[in-house]
Amino acid sequence: MSPLTPGEWQAIWLTAKLAGLTTFILLLISAPLAWWLAHSKSRMSNLAAALVSLPLVLPPTVIGFYLLLVLGPQGAVGGTLEALGLHHLAFSFWGILIGSLIYSLPFAVQPLREAFAGIDLRLLDAAATLRAGPMDRFFSVVLPLSRSGILTAVVITFAHTVGEFGVIAMLGGSIAGETKVVSIAIYDYTQALEYGAAHRLSAILLAFSFATLLLFYAINQRVMSPLKPR
Amino acid sequence: MIEGNLSLKKGNFELQSGPFAFPAQGVSVLFGRSGSGKSTLLRALAGLDKDTRGTLAFKGESWQNQTWQRPTTQRHIGFVFQDAALFPHLSVRGNLAYAARRAPLNRTKTAFESIAAVARRMGVVALLEQAVTTLSGGERQRVAIARALLSQPRLLCMDEPLSALDWAARAELLALIDALAKETGIPVLYITHSPLEVERLADRVILMADGRIERIESLREALARPDSALFDEEGPVSVLHGTLGAPDANGLTAFGNDSLRLRLSLPPTATPSATRLRVLARDVSLATVQPRGLSILNQLPVMLTAIHPRSAGRVTVACQLADGQTLLAEITGYSCQALALTPGMQAFALIKSVALME
Repeated sequence: MSPLTPGEWQAIWLTAKLAGLTTFILLLISAPLAWWLAHSKSRMSNLAAALVSLPLVLPPTVIGFYLLLVLGPQGAVGGTLEALGLHHLAFSFWGILIGSLIYSLPFAVQPLREAFAGIDLRLLDAAATLRAGPMDRFFSVVLPLSRSGILTAVVITFAHTVGEFGVIAMLGGSIAGETKVVSIAIYDYTQALEYGAAHRLSAILLAFSFATLLLFYAINQRVMSPLKPR
Repeated sequence: MIEGNLSLKKGNFELQSGPFAFPAQGVSVLFGRSGSGKSTLLRALAGLDKDTRGTLAFKGESWQNQTWQRPTTQRHIGFVFQDAALFPHLSVRGNLAYAARRAPLNRTKTAFESIAAVARRMGVVALLEQAVTTLSGGERQRVAIARALLSQPRLLCMDEPLSALDWAARAELLALIDALAKETGIPVLYITHSPLEVERLADRVILMADGRIERIESLREALARPDSALFDEEGPVSVLHGTLGAPDANGLTAFGNDSLRLRLSLPPTATPSATRLRVLARDVSLATVQPRGLSILNQLPVMLTAIHPRSAGRVTVACQLADGQTLLAEITGYSCQALALTPGMQAFALIKSVALME
């Protein structure tokens, strides 16, 4: 195989940046959301759970289409930005970042929700009587007891965002350095019948995804083992 | 004092404590059937339930009023849960350090400050480096109590801490909790549905039924009631308070005080610091004259104070001992009539057997 071209390196870097940012932001958003979903008895939580899961069942083109409307120059968000003298978000990195956040949201929320639901709330009561405030309790009890769920959320969210195609194709197009991630680049190569180049990038994604999952299962076993009853 | 009036609705259950006030000292036992609201009240007192309404004050400091709740973190409560609630991701030492790190630094120094000292007192030194998942039930509760003490609480709440333990571990921990309450002077709120634990530990009894506090009274008052909720299938029980003397030449040990003296035949393993004697009313007989030629060791002069009919032709006779303590005797209604027992009469109580509460 020939070495990667600068354009392909750019696509890989862009993909990593998109997936990394998406994962980071989603963790921050999902932690409180997942906690609420796991422990709220409010009826609103069913509605929220359904909304969060929606990207699991919707075709990515549907998500991409509506985001294009909302973030585009005539949309509620894009139009407002234009009116403020800023740029709308369709066909931009920030646009596909928002798309990725929505697209991968259930993959971050679900493992966290399961991890949080498994935490015995009396441990938090005990921590409160030992003078641990809410943030202290989160970092000293909830986080360490949810290690496995957090690791799952990080890996799955990152990998899922790397594998994203439909939303970006609809919302971002294929602008080099801005929206042309690896999956789009593969599509472009295939359309242009450059199968060798498409193969090169596809093999890289395949190897990356497999290695990530392999690493994940190996780490997960180690992270979890101290918590298993002997 | 701990005083207030708390209400809390949980699903179908409703706690309506009614106004209450009791001293913030010694061991106060919350007693009642399961479902009577003991745990709910204790959680409300600790501020662990945000939906609690009403008022609450601890030693004059407001913990809750109609519009505001002092957070649990600022109430300085040590809480020992039924299942210990140890942090599974930390070792025994990690659990103790968790409490010690968050304890106030400016509080007057006590013996219960360093992890080493508390671990020694609680008998968990050998367990310090273990994972809490490897501990036995009794060990878990010891660690839980040690952890609560290290947070330097002003009030120790215990929610049936011994209910999951076997008989031997329970007896050991009961003695330890009793000793700790005396050594530290920290007021203890203790939940149990076991009359034996009440009789062993309680200074006062908070009786709960159907989500409200029925009454708060001293152990002595609670046991003086002929229909006391503390009496189970063994029938009425008296608890005599006193101290143990040294064994005499006959191997008998004196128990009592200046005006009350019993002699006990104790095993060598008996705890010399024990202060309570449990006497079943059915093990006490009455005589109108001092009997002679009896093998029964303890024959005490008493004054009859009340006669309560019980079921199946039996009566409970309340007797006042020379030092003012109450001793209950259960005899047949026939004997009561034959001896013409009436309140105010002098008599002799013959005690067939006693149990030292160690």
